[in-house]
Amino acid sequence: MSYMGAKTLLSHSFRIAWKDTMELFRNKMMLVMLILMPLFMMVMVGFIYSSDASMSNVPIALANQDSGYGDSMVGSQTFTTVLQQINNSTGMMKLSSVSSVDEIKTLVQNGEIDGGIVVPSNFTESILSGQQGTIIIITDQSNPQMSATIQAVLASVFDQMGTMLAQQNVMGLNSSVNYSNSIAIVKPYTVTTEGIVDGSATYFDFIAPGIMAMTVMMSVMTGLPAAISQEKEVGTLDGMMVAPINRLSIILGKTLAQTARGLLQGAIILGLAVGLFGVTIHGSILLVFGLLLLGVFSFVGLGIVLTSFAKDQETATMMMTMLMFPMMFLSGVFFPVAQMPWFMQGIASFLPLTYVSTALRKVMVLGAEIPAISTELMILIAFGAVMIAIAVPVFRRAMTR
Amino acid sequence: MKVVPMENEIIIEVQNLTKTFGKFTAVDNISFTVKKGEVFGLLGPNGAGKSTTLRMLSTLARPTKGAATIGGYDIVKNDTGVRKMIGIVSEKMIMYDRLTAKENLWFFGSLFNIPKDVLTKRIDELLELVELTKWKNVQVGTFSTGMRQRMNVVRSLLNLPQVLFLDEPTLGLDPQSSVEIRDFIKKLNRENGTTVVITTHMMIDADLMCDRIAIVDHGKIVALDTPSNLKKLISGADTTILKLDIANLTSELIETVRALKCADSVTQENSTTLKILVHGDEAFDSVIDAIRVKNGKITSMENLQPTLEDVFLHITGHQVRDSADQKIKMEKHGPFARQQRRIR
Repeated sequence: MSYMGAKTLLSHSFRIAWKDTMELFRNKMMLVMLILMPLFMMVMVGFIYSSDASMSNVPIALANQDSGYGDSMVGSQTFTTVLQQINNSTGMMKLSSVSSVDEIKTLVQNGEIDGGIVVPSNFTESILSGQQGTIIIITDQSNPQMSATIQAVLASVFDQMGTMLAQQNVMGLNSSVNYSNSIAIVKPYTVTTEGIVDGSATYFDFIAPGIMAMTVMMSVMTGLPAAISQEKEVGTLDGMMVAPINRLSIILGKTLAQTARGLLQGAIILGLAVGLFGVTIHGSILLVFGLLLLGVFSFVGLGIVLTSFAKDQETATMMMTMLMFPMMFLSGVFFPVAQMPWFMQGIASFLPLTYVSTALRKVMVLGAEIPAISTELMILIAFGAVMIAIAVPVFRRAMTR
Repeated sequence: MKVVPMENEIIIEVQNLTKTFGKFTAVDNISFTVKKGEVFGLLGPNGAGKSTTLRMLSTLARPTKGAATIGGYDIVKNDTGVRKMIGIVSEKMIMYDRLTAKENLWFFGSLFNIPKDVLTKRIDELLELVELTKWKNVQVGTFSTGMRQRMNVVRSLLNLPQVLFLDEPTLGLDPQSSVEIRDFIKKLNRENGTTVVITTHMMIDADLMCDRIAIVDHGKIVALDTPSNLKKLISGADTTILKLDIANLTSELIETVRALKCADSVTQENSTTLKILVHGDEAFDSVIDAIRVKNGKITSMENLQPTLEDVFLHITGHQVRDSADQKIKMEKHGPFARQQRRIR
């Protein structure tokens, strides 16, 4: 194609993209949906899957019935102190004091509390006489997840208490061991987790890149066929087709408009993720948007092929939905691909969305640079180029039937 | 300024043009020529193949067989050349509801590589021409059907086409808007020498506008001539149309007339009126005798000027309305129909 030809092609594409964008911005309803859709997506997926973040201020009653051993109440005192210390740092429970087990049962039935912790009357006695101290958890059986959570908290309380006790015992045994080292005798092995970047990742950090990749894919794969088949049905496509323009500028213009729309949505998601859900971006933002653009490039051929085959808008939408659904779930947007059975992993390796979301995740969560995602980049470029090579002749044929 | 076309200069040449969709043949081996400056009509019921013919000529569809040239350009091999010199007005409105009149024209005009200043001036002129200047900054989604159709027509004139294709331009319009559009097209043809090819199933459109008419039925051209010559087909020396009012018209009476040798076709207009196409010298007498024998009471009798409708009936053996009326639906009405969403 000559230089002039390419210039006219681009100028016509920009006209068409401008027209599409004007139409979009005059459609108030569409604009609202454009912003709400990613918001819904983030909120829904984020809150459904992130179980620990949502647990806070769970109302729990504590009944301390410890009658002590002699004058000493040391067992229950240590327990409540440590429990409160841990709870103050996590803010998970809202503790209230009650006097009896029956009172806890009534409160659970009334729905005022989600569970109870009972320190039995022989708690200090058992500990000081060399027996195991037992704590009773009263759970709401209609909410099994809650009891598991309370158990987990109590386990860490006991772990800490046990350590404290053991440290005291060790010090008592041999005064030549100083306090700071006694922990090494009680618990010689310990594990700490460390990510390759600072801070701990939440589920939002995991899904934000995936949802961004998916939204951009959707805008190109569903938006493109829908926009073109819509114009075909209304008849306006004929107006462009009888103009002496290259057919490619129609598809290019539409793609530009859809891409701009997809990137806008991507930016909204990114803004929401950072501002509302506390996601930290460790890599370069420029690389993030570059990857999204590459994603568009890899999806666009597929979108054009589907556009060519869809006779009307309804068929187009049906075809899209059929393709989109498996893509959404198999490409590791919501669940890591590694968790899937082998055959699904096989399918996932053929979907471009898999590579976009993997690469995006590496950049956003791990702060990866281009060399670290070169495999994904290469696959996306190759996939996009092959699909476009197939799509262009198919589209040209389909437009003049 | 009256542009005088060169006598008999051919601008459109169609040879054995055929279009099949699967097993269905929409356009069946048609050939015709259109002279420069002519208004050429394709008349026939819906589904006759008129629109498909037009779509092929305007490069929107590819012929299965055959060829056609417009201004010397082949419609397949040099479609860009064809596109530069044609304009189309389709029965569907080619415009974007959410853009203003001016934006719509600007968008379509910019696809023709018209220089900016020329285009700006032309848009103003065209809007003035159809009296839409006042509405140029209003979104066309709010326009009335008549205004929309005027927009639709001026849109096709942005590139000053030498050939204008119109597909059912008066479909769904009220009588006044139809007259406006018809006059506008005639004026365009008269003053700019624009060649016009128009498809219609409306006899009145064809009769009032066309220099020559091709009657199309089942994908074939069954007759092609000037309107007056076509009418002569049935009002020659031998054939004529009788309109009879019979006070006590019965179906038995109609059957009796239909059985007459001299009657080519009989149509009942209303409860008392019959329209009979007859031939032969004795036709009048035979018809009257037959009715009198059955005690029919003739209250009036008229010798009618034939219309194109009669021509169509005479040639094809069925009425245009038979197949046309069922398909005309006014889809564009109502507040919801207009606010269709384009972008999803």
